[in-house]
Amino acid sequence: MASNIKIRAKASNGVTTVKSLMSHEMETGLRKDKKTGEPIPAHFIQEVTAKWNDQTVMTALWSGGVSKNPYLSFKFNGGEPGDTIEISWVDNMGQSESGTAEIK
Amino acid sequence: MIDATRRTLLKGSLGAGAIGVAVGAGLLTPGAVLAAWPEAAFKAEDQAAALNELLGADATETSDAVKIKAPDIAENGAVVPVTVESDVEGVKSISIIAAGNQTPLIASFDLGENALPFVSTRIKMAKTADVVAVVQTADGLLSAAKPVKVTIGGCGG
Repeated sequence: MASNIKIRAKASNGVTTVKSLMSHEMETGLRKDKKTGEPIPAHFIQEVTAKWNDQTVMTALWSGGVSKNPYLSFKFNGGEPGDTIEISWVDNMGQSESGTAEIK
Repeated sequence: MIDATRRTLLKGSLGAGAIGVAVGAGLLTPGAVLAAWPEAAFKAEDQAAALNELLGADATETSDAVKIKAPDIAENGAVVPVTVESDVEGVKSISIIAAGNQTPLIASFDLGENALPFVSTRIKMAKTADVVAVVQTADGLLSAAKPVKVTIGGCGG
């Protein structure tokens, strides 16, 4: 499990609520390096996929307009304690991360 | 001869690269992830153009059924919490727009079969402006807007 995606998933009354926090600079590409004046290259998560036991529940498409260290919460019908939630992302530089957690 | 074959094989698998390995490891599903990121939508400089690029339409109907929760005043424009919820049936996607940003489309969430129409995240706002949520249903686009005052702009200019 990647430590830079934190996931909390809780099932209640047939609905699972997932909260996650990802570590990422989410650089817009608009900022300039204060010392050199050079633009800091854009580096941000473009796509996030959330799965419940291998079923894709949600796909998010992001721009650099999402805040640094992105927070994401979503809900879905279903889910039992012990089921797996997986969140993975791919950024504009082709880097990717993935993390899992069990529904509580 | 065997060496040449081994060399080609090794070259081939190295050439397949990170994506190949990741696909093999089950981390990337080609359909989901290698799908094109809608660059034109995210680079569009006005809401209508962004929606057209993203959803193929820009006609939205203001609706009470789209609820936006965001602060009245955001102390830090770099981190503005936004939650969008809707009680409409058959929501396909929810998109969040910061009307005052140079490129207003911030994020779009495609909801899978079991997903509820609820998303929450934090966005960057360049200046005081409306946060607009667009909910896509089979019948069309519903939207709502909430003005958010920004004291310190968040896009880093």
